[in-house]
Amino acid sequence: MELFELTLKQAKELISKNPSKESELRNSLADRVKTLDPKVKAYVNFASSQKGSEGKGALSGIPISLKDNIVTDGWETTCASKILKGFVPPYDATVVRKLKQSGAYIFGKCNMDEFAFGSSCETSCYGPSHNPWNLDYVPGGSSGGSAAAVAGNLAIAALGSDTGGSIRQPASFCGVVGLKPTYGRVSRYGLIAFGSSLDQIGPITKTVEDSAILMNVLAGHDERDSTSADVPVPDYTSFIGKDVKGLKIGLPKEYFVKGLDPEVEKAVRQSVQVFQDLGATVVEVSLPHMKYAVAVYYIVAVAEASSNLGRFDGVEYGFRAESSNLKDMYFETRDQGFGAEAKRRILLGTFVLSAGYYDAYYLKGLKVRTLIKQDFDEALKKADIILGPTAPTPPFKIGEKMNDPLSMYLSDIYTISANLAGVPAISIPCGFSSKNLPIGLQLTAKPFEEGTLFRAASAYETATKWYEKKPKL
Amino acid sequence: MSEKINIEQIAELARLNLKPAEREKLAKDLESILAYVDQLKELKTDSVPPTSHVLPLENVFRKDEVKKTDIRDRVLEHAPKRESNFFKVPKIIEGA
Repeated sequence: MELFELTLKQAKELISKNPSKESELRNSLADRVKTLDPKVKAYVNFASSQKGSEGKGALSGIPISLKDNIVTDGWETTCASKILKGFVPPYDATVVRKLKQSGAYIFGKCNMDEFAFGSSCETSCYGPSHNPWNLDYVPGGSSGGSAAAVAGNLAIAALGSDTGGSIRQPASFCGVVGLKPTYGRVSRYGLIAFGSSLDQIGPITKTVEDSAILMNVLAGHDERDSTSADVPVPDYTSFIGKDVKGLKIGLPKEYFVKGLDPEVEKAVRQSVQVFQDLGATVVEVSLPHMKYAVAVYYIVAVAEASSNLGRFDGVEYGFRAESSNLKDMYFETRDQGFGAEAKRRILLGTFVLSAGYYDAYYLKGLKVRTLIKQDFDEALKKADIILGPTAPTPPFKIGEKMNDPLSMYLSDIYTISANLAGVPAISIPCGFSSKNLPIGLQLTAKPFEEGTLFRAASAYETATKWYEKKPKL
Repeated sequence: MSEKINIEQIAELARLNLKPAEREKLAKDLESILAYVDQLKELKTDSVPPTSHVLPLENVFRKDEVKKTDIRDRVLEHAPKRESNFFKVPKIIEGA
């Protein structure tokens, strides 16, 4: 076995037994990235000559890759946007500080959709990343680079961010594990904001246990993020390897409708059988407002995005289009700096917040958001876990949806509502399509019950072992 | 019936100089997205409270303490344009 193939857990064990293996692991991974990333394009920036870790702890000597919207002291951080070219943050995001304190080091920065606006990694100013299972297909998005890196053994583990599915959908498309924690579970200090009431940072990993190991480091209250929750953090690894006897799995009837690819439906239904064989019980639940989730999202998320992106004006950092007067400088910097999808969302957000339209769109969106959250509260009274597909289809081809924003948005139809409701959700591999492309299963739990997700996901993973199948690069 | 977008006005509010070719395409995209969003009108929501945030958080306070930092120099290091300890921008005041 090559060292770049190791899971996070295996890498931890290797280095704790023999600390001198740290540089061997780093070199193995760096060589792999140098050879294969020109094909996959998962990274926008990686340092092969890293000096390695500084702290000592649970992740001593482990390289971690980061989505390029997580700020890193001394590394250019661009959100894959021209408007942030040249931005070198003078500080670390809280998650980066925590990783370093636990002994891990930053291996590289991963490609993404510009400002996390997209579901395919195609809106990046660096060009698209490719799916390691078939390079003609998208890796999903917006954390597509992180998911492609983990799937292609170009990373040991990575972090992404999820505003409407941006960790889970690429995890599904690349056949890896992606967790969106409960809103407030992980500090967003140093995450470049997209939708502040929706954004969460989370791990993208080769296995469920790796996800739990990372969450032990990432989770917890941070006084630098006023929206971070002061809720105790359990040992997430203690949920790994537990059985699921008596666990109640809720199947929303609204999930299995037109638009769901038959191969995805089949794989997801088979996973239900696996859970039943493991001793879980299945109950029907209902999320009656689920069909409105994408509509609500494209009001709420774009409104927040248009406000958050107001700060990019060429004055203090990043790209500036020089002009003879200040107003032209603002307008030209933003026109040249933002890509097409960013402009679309800024304009839409500005529109729904503008005088005369606020009540009809923005306020209406917030009210329907309440109904969606209530659906989850009710469903999760009857069930411990809600089970369904992560994405309605297997991965699609590069270019296939770029000219149809709405059809692109609908690829997040199963993931968006977890962000609107603030609940945690995980995507794990549950099979392959006839074209040998990965299919993902999504599990959702009550707020702050990531442990229940790990319990169910690890039991399923142990029973099915989908993670053992790897793409040939 | 969905809204007709006044794309010039919205672009002005968003501080974006759009090229004429972009304008038409973006206006069309926005109108089709808004037509999709219009399905929310089916729902009666008069008595539903809005959710802007899912956590039951109110004002979060911490002590305002002075801490030593070298952040000023580090922030200015990567400014697009600077002069001594300031960000430099084009002249704002006419005739000055």
